[in-house]
Amino acid sequence: MSEHHHDHLNATHTHDGKPIQNDEPPSIEAESLETAVRELLMEKGVITADELRGAIEAQEQRRPELGAKIIARAWVDEDFKQKLLSHGDMAVRSFGVDMKPTELCVVENTEEVHNLVVCTLCSCYPRAILGIPPAWYKRRDYRSRAVREPRSVLSEFGTIISEDRQVRVHDSNADLRYLVLPIRPSGTDDWSEEDLAELVTRDSMIGVAEAITPDG
Amino acid sequence: MDSKFIPGDKVRVIERSQPGHVRTPMYVRGKPGVIERIVGPQPNPETLAYGQSGLPYKMLYRVNFSQKVLWPDYEGQDNDSLEIEIYEHWLERI
Repeated sequence: MSEHHHDHLNATHTHDGKPIQNDEPPSIEAESLETAVRELLMEKGVITADELRGAIEAQEQRRPELGAKIIARAWVDEDFKQKLLSHGDMAVRSFGVDMKPTELCVVENTEEVHNLVVCTLCSCYPRAILGIPPAWYKRRDYRSRAVREPRSVLSEFGTIISEDRQVRVHDSNADLRYLVLPIRPSGTDDWSEEDLAELVTRDSMIGVAEAITPDG
Repeated sequence: MDSKFIPGDKVRVIERSQPGHVRTPMYVRGKPGVIERIVGPQPNPETLAYGQSGLPYKMLYRVNFSQKVLWPDYEGQDNDSLEIEIYEHWLERI
């Protein structure tokens, strides 16, 4: 069959190395609606421009480094780790994190299990800990494929999960927010909590990667 | 608020079409799984999303599914699984 022998109007793939269009174009309607609601809230004195600016600033100051500190603490403090796994909200409060109105669910990677987080419906993410999600996390292809073929998606991120390890996907579709507790790399027994935090990347807390393995 | 199910219970996600803000993705509807944990009572997103109170609260669970049950042609390992939050009114006992 000739590769050019199909109906271009219905084609879902492209030729000539052009990138596949995975995402919806920005919605003009949604943008207009946001502007209208925002201006109304300000005109009616419900919020001020400065409050809105402050909220955006606070959100954007959340960085994955906060999550890395939490993970490093769990690696060195078994009691904290158990609390993090059983009562995540309470555990992260000591780091100044308020998960409300959501709840934190921390899932632990082990030699037997690898965890991967996705939100198929939208882009739910532990923003209070990791900040703004990466662009790919919100893309339709990641959201649909992470639940359907997680091992392939992981391999595209350079993460090969051996056949004797279970892959457990968490669809963050409702009121919980998920944080992966990666495996502490070997050869770090005498490392300080601060140095360990350097090994914890954003992606390792989403589950598309492992923690960084130290050289040597 | 009592929970109808406890961890370990076998359940099936009810297969129904429902317009509006529904948090039960199509890919789990009609599929059998196992209650992993009780999350607790939560506002009902199906009314909360429209400016209503979300009351009465709905019991929320995490349900574990075998990937091979969700996707018959799944290419990973037999014990690969998926966990997702499902509200009680979307679950039936099997």
